[in-house]
Amino acid sequence: METLMAFTLGFMAAGSVYLLLSHNLVRVLFGLILLSNAANFVIFAAGGMTEGLPPLIAPGAKELTGVYSNPLPQALILTAIVISFGLLAFALVLVYRGYQELGTVDSDRMRLAEPPHPDQDIPEPEEPRRPQVRDASHRVENIRESVGSEPAGREPAGSDAS
Amino acid sequence: MSWYLIAPIVVPMTTAVLAIMLWNNRAAQRAVSAAGAGLHLVSAILLMAQVWQGGILAGQMGEWPAPFGITLVADHLSAVMVLITGIMGLGVGLYSLSDINEDRERNGFHPLYHVLLTGVTGAFITGDLFNLYVWFEVMLIASFALLALGAEKEQLDGAIKYAVVNVVATVMFLIAVGILYGLTGTLNMADLAVRLPQVEQQGLVTTVAVLFMITFGIKSAVFPLFFWLPASYHTPAVAVSAIFAGLLTKVGVYALVRTFTLIFTGDVAYTHTALLVVAGLTMVTGVLGAAAQNEIRRILSFHIISQIGYMVMGLALYTPLGLIGAVFYLVHHIIVKTNLFLVAGVAKRLTGSMELKKIGGLYKASPLLAVLFLIPALSLAGIPPLSGFWAKLVLIRASLEIGSYAIAATAILVGLLTMFSMTKIWGEAFWKPHPGGDVRVLSISDLTATERVLLVGPIVVFAALTVAIGLWTQPFLDLATRASAELLAPAPYIEAVLGPGAGSPGAQQAGAQP
Repeated sequence: METLMAFTLGFMAAGSVYLLLSHNLVRVLFGLILLSNAANFVIFAAGGMTEGLPPLIAPGAKELTGVYSNPLPQALILTAIVISFGLLAFALVLVYRGYQELGTVDSDRMRLAEPPHPDQDIPEPEEPRRPQVRDASHRVENIRESVGSEPAGREPAGSDAS
Repeated sequence: MSWYLIAPIVVPMTTAVLAIMLWNNRAAQRAVSAAGAGLHLVSAILLMAQVWQGGILAGQMGEWPAPFGITLVADHLSAVMVLITGIMGLGVGLYSLSDINEDRERNGFHPLYHVLLTGVTGAFITGDLFNLYVWFEVMLIASFALLALGAEKEQLDGAIKYAVVNVVATVMFLIAVGILYGLTGTLNMADLAVRLPQVEQQGLVTTVAVLFMITFGIKSAVFPLFFWLPASYHTPAVAVSAIFAGLLTKVGVYALVRTFTLIFTGDVAYTHTALLVVAGLTMVTGVLGAAAQNEIRRILSFHIISQIGYMVMGLALYTPLGLIGAVFYLVHHIIVKTNLFLVAGVAKRLTGSMELKKIGGLYKASPLLAVLFLIPALSLAGIPPLSGFWAKLVLIRASLEIGSYAIAATAILVGLLTMFSMTKIWGEAFWKPHPGGDVRVLSISDLTATERVLLVGPIVVFAALTVAIGLWTQPFLDLATRASAELLAPAPYIEAVLGPGAGSPGAQQAGAQP
């Protein structure tokens, strides 16, 4: 069980590092989420894994006896989950707000706070794009064109017939 | 349970809550904020007095005995850090009343500011690693929001970089805490100091030590983990970047000092040598980065990095004199650096910019501001008789004593280079005429009376403090000596937390041996 856990953790951490190295801030956020979950599992695994032995005090007894699973790591993880939930929610809003203001989620294009580089050829951030709206308008135009051409094509045919 | 220990945490927390409840009443919020900062300072002074007279103060929350409950401890280092937090909190708090615009106040500047102070104070007083993690997060979430407050494009850019790097650092902190718990079964720092030498896998302990070094290294912006700092610290409002510059990175340094004198002393030859190399590189890269910049706050941001190098150097030397230097440098640097950012803010108010190319003529317009800039600037560069000179002198003597000539030479050279880049600000902003030709630069007397009190008042007080530390060094040196003695011989700390007998001869030796 511990070995499986260790490999899972290693895999999660490696995946999160891969995501964290991306330009795309949305991927970086996913990397952070994965990494913070990996950290929680590390605490869980480090606290010792004892299956099926809940830390309950037997009736009549005053303290825990024998082997029992340690409840403290779970308390630590619970705290860590709540905190990282707050932080990640804030980071998500921050990146979204950054996208609204700066028009990009590409960290290479975010150079506003840096002094201009002497031989900088990184393009200025574009205005926020709204692909869905544009696609839709495109489609409407297409439809209009086809609708417009259809009667035009049909009319001569109709006039021919008459 | 001692109220002296709890008050410095509870006061700013209460202030933050009150300020949130007065969300729609701006005037009341400002009054509560200023009063709260004042009370915080009072509670910090009381704690300092208590520790100065009675030695290390420890309290168990909820009366749970030490390794099981949450422990708060204040030794001389913690107490002096809380005191300096109180002083900076009040000074910058007053400055912010005039510096922060209405829009930012309406978006919750005052509550966030006090949450930040709560986090910083908590991190200084806690005696438990998981608790330290929680206080770090409190501090971090407040700093994120403060950094992005106002939502200008530059700010968002800086805040995103700051947020991502710092979240990675705290997650690493959590992983290190988890492994440490797995190794020892405790997270109480005093208990860890007793138990870690008994762990069989000392190699793993060193690995965890390096993990902590990286985590706190990111927090305190040492080489090569500093890049987030100059990317973000110059973007928010001046009061915000001043309190960040003074306190946030120092919490990282404090955590380094605490863990690497109390807990991770098993393999000093490896860890502290690594710290020494890092310290040297941090000093050099920071000051070279500063030399390349042309905006006042960016220059000052890079200087934070190079100065962090000096503090880490004091820790890495790991001798009594070295730690005296580190503690002295910490206190001196917080005052001086906050003050320089505040001066930069006033310069912006008078000239309209912080770009050195766009401003000038400040000396002619306002000689008083020029003097107020020179005091912290010369102190930072280490000119006698100001506070920075004594801090540097102690550190260089400490390194010569144990024959680390390379680091001593680096420290002296970096002091000279610091002088160079301070001259650059002086020459460009104060000395040369305004590049716009006949532009009339405002002077301090053009400010309104309230602005003069709130903006210039804290600067004058901090400058006076710098001069006072420089001229009456002995009491401050005594304080640093006491703190350093406690750090090098942690037995009283352990006994204060775990009860008499816990710092037994065996544990004492394992903890204190350099």
